Amino acid sequence: MFKTKDGEEIFVIDGHTHFWDGSPQNQKNVHGKQFIDCFYAYHSNLSPKEWLWPKEKFEKYDAQTMHDDLFVHGYDDMAILQSTYLSDFYKKGFNNIERNYTMKKAYPDRFIINGAFDPRDGERGLDQLRADAEKYKLKGVKLYTAEWKGDSKGYKLTDPASYRFLEEAEKLGIKNIHVHKGPTILPLNRDAFDVADVDDVATSFQNLNFIIEHCGLPRLDDFCWIATQETNVYGGLAVALPFIHTRPGYFAHVISELLFWLGEDKLLYGSDYGIWTPKWLIEKFMAFELPDDVAKETGVSLSPTAKKKILGLNAARLYDVDIASQKQKLTTPLAVAS
Amino acid sequence: MTIAARSHAGRTSEIWDRLRHVTDPELDESVTELGFVTTVEVDAMDHIHIQFRLPTYWCAANFAFMMADDMRAAASAVPWVRGVSVVLGEHMYADKINHGISRGLSFQEAFGSEATGDLSEVRRTFLLKAFQRRQEALLNHLMSQGYTPEQLVTMILAELRALSVGKQGQDLVGRYLERREIVGPCSPDALAFLSAEGRHLQAEGLEVYVKGLRRVGVNAEFNGALCRGLLSVRFDMTTPLPERPKMNPP
Repeated sequence: MFKTKDGEEIFVIDGHTHFWDGSPQNQKNVHGKQFIDCFYAYHSNLSPKEWLWPKEKFEKYDAQTMHDDLFVHGYDDMAILQSTYLSDFYKKGFNNIERNYTMKKAYPDRFIINGAFDPRDGERGLDQLRADAEKYKLKGVKLYTAEWKGDSKGYKLTDPASYRFLEEAEKLGIKNIHVHKGPTILPLNRDAFDVADVDDVATSFQNLNFIIEHCGLPRLDDFCWIATQETNVYGGLAVALPFIHTRPGYFAHVISELLFWLGEDKLLYGSDYGIWTPKWLIEKFMAFELPDDVAKETGVSLSPTAKKKILGLNAARLYDVDIASQKQKLTTPLAVAS
Repeated sequence: MTIAARSHAGRTSEIWDRLRHVTDPELDESVTELGFVTTVEVDAMDHIHIQFRLPTYWCAANFAFMMADDMRAAASAVPWVRGVSVVLGEHMYADKINHGISRGLSFQEAFGSEATGDLSEVRRTFLLKAFQRRQEALLNHLMSQGYTPEQLVTMILAELRALSVGKQGQDLVGRYLERREIVGPCSPDALAFLSAEGRHLQAEGLEVYVKGLRRVGVNAEFNGALCRGLLSVRFDMTTPLPERPKMNPP
């Protein structure tokens, strides 16, 4: 919970968090090492100095640390745990749903867990999705389209197999599809980060919401164009938001483009924990004001209402969170604990 | 310094200068200014040895190959050069790219079944984005100097080249003209400003059109900042990050 100077309480739902194991013990090969090293470079590049972690903590942190970083030191009230497998890189997967579930069991009112599917898994994958949907009451999944699987270096949302999985997800009541674009996909001569397939499936699956992580970056320009035409496409702010510290001018331009093309109802805060932590992200976001020249150029404003929507109200709508009753659930045990 | 040594240094700097004109296609910035090129050596046989690196292990293979291929072509175009090697370090596809470049293979040949053709389409896509970004910067500048939409949409290339717009304006004109041919023929009487699809622009709505292009530049500048930062962290560079490239007038 973030409290403004005027005492207003802002309910925060973190749309993108991970409980991963990127440790050397879990790495299968050089790609597993390079993957977590790349995340660490994002962390090192964009975090304020006082929030830099040692590499060992970054590779693998425990449930208590994560809980405290999000909810005790940080301002998150709830967080969505995303599942990412990367089974070709990590022995037990990077952050599999079972590992996420241990977190959910420990702090049931704090976490929403999302599953994952990979259309290349065929019937076995569909069975798994059904089982996961039932066991974990899934309302969302995270898709990493650049995941390596044997000879395959990724897939598109428009592949016929992707359609089958999206149809199944819709039947199972999984309505939030988080999409993370990555650097590889075959054929390699095409643009791996192309977001055109999002446009296609968003049109075909009107009852699903597509939350594009990193707001389509590094294709923000194409993403904005697509998202403005589709009512069910959202942008997740991970990676863009931490620029608020080292390069606030860039953040101002990006957020104003997003407000201009998508609007304040379509953006979701996400810390991308453990790459970044909510404490400093939210303090800086709440204190941030668009520079006059940027606001004038785009004609948008990042008002207190817009901030509240981005930090929690939009995610609450997508995940059917009743904020009033959730607040009550969360404050009771905390009062006892203190 | 001996004459031989000086000419060796001169030859090395001549190659650096050629490489300065090779761009990262996605960022539309010079590979040398981005800090990607680490080594340029001219050996006794006038063979050139270039080494480069990228901000992450995962940078897209197609762009990495394009930069390597463009650097090889740029160095090879120098008359006294007798051979060129370009080596990419610490990248998921380093082996394939280095092998392909050393043998003079096309992207398709280097990547076999992982590719379905050459890079012309993706290259064009990003040249168009570079064109849009450079056009937005120039149009904004000219409008701020008092040129009206009517003047701009009817201006021909000969007139654009002859404009008296100061040093900054000239740089923007120069950068724009480097990409102008992508969208249509560049005869002196051709219209200076066309859309990415090669269409004529309309005076009415020109400002809205230019605002629509803004997101292309915002995206590229953001990516440029991210890439510089990741490169700096990955290779523990202690030199301060370069200033943000001034595409747009202050």
